[in-house]
Order: sequence, then C-alpha cells, then structure tokens
Amino acid sequence: MGQRRAKNKQGAPPTYEEFADRKTKKDQKRKRSEDKPSMASSSSSDKPAKKSKKSSEKPETEKEIIKRQREEEKALPKVDYEELASAKKSLFDESDEEELNDEFDIDAQDGETPGEDFYDSEEETRERPMFSDDEDSEVEDLDELNAANMEALSAKLDEEADLEAQEAEDELLQADQVQPRARVLPTEEELALEGQTGTKDLNVLRTRMIEIVKVLEDFKTLSEEGRSRAEYTDRLLQDICDYFGYSRFLAEKLFNLFSPSEAMEFFEANEIARPITIRTNTLKTRRRDLAQALVNRGVNLQPIGPWTKVGLQIFDSQVPIGATPEYLAGQYILQAASSFLPCMALAPQENERVLDMASAPGGKTTYLSALMKNTGCIFANDANKARTKSLIANIHRLGCTNTIVCHYDAREFPKVIGGFDRVLLDAPCSGTGVIAKDESVKTSRTEKDFIQIPHLQKQLLLSAIDSVDANSATGGYIVYSTCSVMVEENEAVVDYALRKRPNVKLVDTGLEIGKDGFTSFRGKNFSPKLSLTKRYYPHTYNVDGFYVAKFKKIAPSPHDVSKAGAKEKEAAARADEEAESIIHGDFAEFDNAEDEELMERSKARSLKRKGINPNAPKPSSSAAAAAKTEKK
Amino acid sequence: MRPLTEEETKVVFEKMANYIGRNIAFLVDNKEDPHVFRLQKDRVYYVADRIAKFATSVARPNLMSIGICLGKFTKSGKFKLHVTSIPILSQYAKYKIWIKPNGEMPFLYGNHVLKAHVGRMSDDIPEHAGVIVYSMNDSPLGFGVSAKSTVESRNLQPTAIVAFRQSDIGEYLREEDTLFT
Repeated sequence: MGQRRAKNKQGAPPTYEEFADRKTKKDQKRKRSEDKPSMASSSSSDKPAKKSKKSSEKPETEKEIIKRQREEEKALPKVDYEELASAKKSLFDESDEEELNDEFDIDAQDGETPGEDFYDSEEETRERPMFSDDEDSEVEDLDELNAANMEALSAKLDEEADLEAQEAEDELLQADQVQPRARVLPTEEELALEGQTGTKDLNVLRTRMIEIVKVLEDFKTLSEEGRSRAEYTDRLLQDICDYFGYSRFLAEKLFNLFSPSEAMEFFEANEIARPITIRTNTLKTRRRDLAQALVNRGVNLQPIGPWTKVGLQIFDSQVPIGATPEYLAGQYILQAASSFLPCMALAPQENERVLDMASAPGGKTTYLSALMKNTGCIFANDANKARTKSLIANIHRLGCTNTIVCHYDAREFPKVIGGFDRVLLDAPCSGTGVIAKDESVKTSRTEKDFIQIPHLQKQLLLSAIDSVDANSATGGYIVYSTCSVMVEENEAVVDYALRKRPNVKLVDTGLEIGKDGFTSFRGKNFSPKLSLTKRYYPHTYNVDGFYVAKFKKIAPSPHDVSKAGAKEKEAAARADEEAESIIHGDFAEFDNAEDEELMERSKARSLKRKGINPNAPKPSSSAAAAAKTEKK
Repeated sequence: MRPLTEEETKVVFEKMANYIGRNIAFLVDNKEDPHVFRLQKDRVYYVADRIAKFATSVARPNLMSIGICLGKFTKSGKFKLHVTSIPILSQYAKYKIWIKPNGEMPFLYGNHVLKAHVGRMSDDIPEHAGVIVYSMNDSPLGFGVSAKSTVESRNLQPTAIVAFRQSDIGEYLREEDTLFT
C-alpha cells in the first residue's frame, strides 16, 4: 500500500479550468461505462475471496483510505473517475445493494448532497467543500458505500491495479465498438500538467501506451482525425522512455526493430529477469546424475527445452547455486541459455583446432571443449587481461585440458597463429539483448557507440575469417554471434564481411529455434542469404536477445598469410633480399647517342608548343645560344 | 614458456611424489598422448605435447595458461601445489580419505578433516603422508597431509583432526584473485 502511495504522490492540485474540463470528460465516461456492466461484472467474481482477509484491518485504515482516495482523485483525473464508476458497478452489480446504489447515482446526477445522517465520520463531511458538486457526489457515493459496505470498498482499493488494467481493456473495446475515433493522445493541457507535477503516473502512462499501440496497429480505423502516425509514435516513444527509463535514442532504435505491439512485448520482457540456467559439464558428469544431486540439495529444476541436452533451468533453490560442492567440483557452470547457441552452431569436431576470439568468462570455451571431449586444441583469447582470470578459473574447474589461454587484441589474430579449423567470434557488443541483466544499457548507449562498436566488430569478423583454414578437411567454419538485437551490429556486419571476403558464404546455423535474420532493414538491402542467420528475442524464446551467423570458408585469400610462421618468415626475407639487389646493384649503362636523339625530339616538341617552327631557319643569335647549350 | 630445468623437475617431482608416489612415472611416460611439463612465469603446467607445440606461437607476455596448472614456484624456490592439480593427483592417488556428506561443507570452507567426518580411508596411510580427500561419491574435494596413521586414527576422538587440509576446491571461490595470477 505504501508503495502505491509513493507512486501516486502528487504536487499542486489542478486548476479550476482543468477541473471543469475533467468533469465533462468524466460524465461522458460514466455514460460509457454504464453501457457495459457485463464486462465489469466479470471481475467481481474474484472479489469475495479477498473480502474476508481485509475485513479485520478495516476500521483503523478507513480514514486513511478515504484521504488517499481524494489524493488520487486529485492526481489521476481521467482514469480514476471512470475506474471508480466501474469499480462501483463491478462490486455491486450482483449484490443485493444494487438498488441502493442506483439511488445514489440518481442523487449524484441531481447534484444533491445526500443526508448527513448517513455518515459516521465528521471529518469526511468537513472536507467536502473542496470539491465541485459533481465530484462531491462522487465522493459521497463512495462514502456511502463505505458506510454501507466497508469490506467491498477496501477490497476494491486493493484491486485498483487490476481494475485499471481491466478498465483499459474495456475502454479499448469500447473504442472499437462505440467510438471508433477515441481520443488517445493527451492534450496540451494534460501534458503541461504532467510536466508541472514532475512525477508521472505510471498507470496513466501504461494505459496510454497500450491504447496508442492499439491505434498504431489499426491506424486507418482507430486514429483520431487530423493526427498523424508520427504524432502517435512520438507520444508512444516518449511514454516508453518515461515508463521504462530508456534514453530517447535507444528507445527509438529498439522500437524501429519491431511492430509497435511486439516492441511493447520486447520492452516488457526486458523488465523481467531471465530464468537461471546451468550447463552440465559432460567432461565430468551426466545431466541426469547432476539433476539428481542438485534435487537432493533442495534445488527445483527441469531441462531447458528439447533443443539442448546439457541445459537445466533452475526455478528456486535452498542453497546458493554458485557454491554447491557440485559446482566447485566442476560438474556444471552457470550459463545463460542463449550462450549455448553459438557453440551448438559451431559444432566443433574432435581433434580440430578451434579459436575462441573473445572467450572470457569461459562459458562458451568450456562448452566447446566438452563438445570436443578434450581432444584437439582450443585457443581461448581475450583482450582483457583481468577477465582472463575468471576464464582460467572456469577452464580449470571444469577440467578442460586442451586449452591455451592467451590475451591478444583479437584483431592481431591471423598474425599470431592462423589455419584454424573453426573460429568462434562472440563479439563485444552494445548489450541491447541483455538489458534485463544490465539496466545501465538503457541510458548509457549513445549514437557514437553504434558507430564504434560495429566498426570493431567488422574488423574482428574479418580477422576471424582470415584465421580459418579454407582447406580444412572437417571444418572451415566461422560463427559470429552477439548479445545485441541491433541490425548495425548483426546483419550489417555480416553483410560487410560477405562483401569484403568473397571467399566465404553463409550456411545454415543448424539451430532448431530462432527467427530468421533481416534481409533488408529501413531501406538498406542486405544479401538475401542473411535469412540463414538467426535472431533471438527475450519475448519470444525467453532467452537473452541474441544473434548467430555461421560462415563457411570456401577458398583461401591473400589476407590469410600468417607472418609468424617459419615458412612465411623465410619468404619475406628472400623477397627483401631481392628488392635490395635491385636498388644497389648495377643494372644498366647510359646510351649517350640515344639520349641525344630523345633530347632533340623533346626540344622540338617544346618549341612547337610555344608556336615556333623548329624547322624554320633560326636567327643567328638564337642559333648561337642553341649551339652553346648543345655544347654543354 | 620453457621446459623445466633439472633442479626444477626434481623439486616438482619430489612434491608430487608425496601424493602419487611411484605413479609419477605414468605422468612422464604416456605413449599414446605424450605430456610435458612447462614453466610459464612462475607456474608449472602439465600439458599434452602437441598443445605445448601450438603454444610456442603465443608470445610469452600474452600466454596466460596452457593445459592444467600444477602449482607455482615460490620466491624461495619451493614448489606449491595448487588445487587445479587435483584431476591429476586424484587419478593416481596413493592414499585416500572419503568424507561423509555432513563433512563436505566444513572441508570446502577450509577446515581440516575431523575424525567425525571421515567415512572411509585407505588402510595403509602412514603419518604425515599426502592424502587426497574425496566425497562419498568419489569426486575429489582437495588434498592434505595425514595427521596420524590409519591405525592410530582409528581410536581418535571424533573431534580430533585426521588430515590437515592443504588445498580444497572451495579455493576456486575463495582464492579466485590470487590463484590464477
């Protein structure tokens, strides 16, 4: 209760004009809400259960409730009135007090104040003059209800939120049926009021967002006359920023990825944490054994889904999941379900040489090692030295013996060592897919990030491609993944790589779930092959937002040459030597006779250009000068 | 990264022999998949030969870890086994102690092994010999040194210490900052 109160805390009360304005609105609404008692009554069925619970604490809180009610009335003009009206209805439609209720409705319409003898509290009546007649009667209604049926009122207050949601739906339905051109966008005055009070009512925002989304979905029939789609979108974005706390820039970017209703689902899903998932370390145990051991410790779990044989989803646990003896023995690792996907797409085979370009904290590296059953060799690279600590810890804990951990800037890679059978590039990204995990993304990302990060990603992807051995008997694959949903970091980067390295092609990722990548986005056309890549959203699969693309390298390219190998070094030395001999060795003699002829010819040409006929007999002075120069 | 010198090898092998005795020969002679010891900075790694060869292309400052880290040389030239060596030690262990489920957590928090927690132990453990500690379902939990021989420890008080803890897998959490440089 306290929480809701804090949310609804308001500044100055509204002005008289606004009150008048609202009054008319409210009257309309009430008429409307009377049209649909059946809708409202549906919610009344679940009320009695709460009544009994609440009845005990009623007497002490009664005054407080009423006071709060007034505050709310002041604060939430639009929604609250209609909510009250409908709440009244829903509460008593089926009760025996219906007649009584009707009676007071009539009273209210007449503008009369009901008799004082209905009231048992003096305070309430004293405060009445603050309100206009109409509102007063409204309050009176409530107070009457108070007196007549306390339980119902308190139950109603408790379920205010539910009713509000219901109300919003009702209203939308109504908008469909009764008034197709519902006024959804707020007026200037309302906006001014919102700005004035500083804090915005979240319930109002929410209702409005839902309404705007409905309108945008069916713009032709539902939009208000004279309002453009841009206006609706603009308002919706502003509300999203206010409600969820995004920066305007990021909200717009994310919104553009989806249809309005899907975007809302996406934003909502970002508020909910993903389930905790663990991956069984098949190097040490089997999933069934692990599940049994954890169940014995009081962990409630179940397999993630049919698409993975090693994942378990944790619902709740009596012990810390990251500190059980099984965890310390390396039987499992805490890993998001989404980060299984790139490893499954890469599908490394036994005895291959694999590179993980950005590997910390080692969830994917250890999964690769498990898939290869500790054979072959894995280079686990990370650019950040501090992060390699957790990487090494996980590698040792999970018993991966085939790894080499190094810390290079991954862009150096074909130079350090090339010729890998497979490369996994889980690129550093803006993290727009994991907003549920890291809220700071909402505000910290700017336009600059979406230029710099994709630039780095492109460089990394090119060096990943160059590090692969195209002639590998079993492999030659590159997997590119990010935990971002942005097109700039995903499709655009992949498309760039396809253009820059014609010796790679996209292949199917082999993943069962996921949506196809975009082949065009907001006027940009990508290669049609990009439909082979996969996208994951929090609202569709309940995994983090993710992107996976798989390439096959079909031919070597001159970029592949590693300059570190002995053979390459020798070749470079030989080339150097040859170049040196060309510069320093004697390579030709001067042929004076031929030069003379060439010089004559060029002189004649230059004279011709000046307009002098070189064949004409020369004046003696100039001839002498020419002879002089010739002697020289 | 370089192979161990004669002296370093001696120090390392002496230490490991406390726990695995003559089984150390299996570490050195592995015909199918030859393994080698490599020193990188002050740490000793036990790694398959083919992987060690690949690792030569990584520059020394950039190489963080290869294969399994056995432990490190202290500044005074002694060798300290780390918990990361437990897969190898447990594979060839000479003396073993199994502890009951109720003793697992105390041990993983860094306590010594008490008589009350011992579920089973090898028959022939002498005093002050290196022992590997297992849970009842045979997963290695750590290693230490026996406080008493098996015979003597049979008639100890339940609260008496049977083995002094040297290392346990709880260190993956407790010592994460120092264990892996």
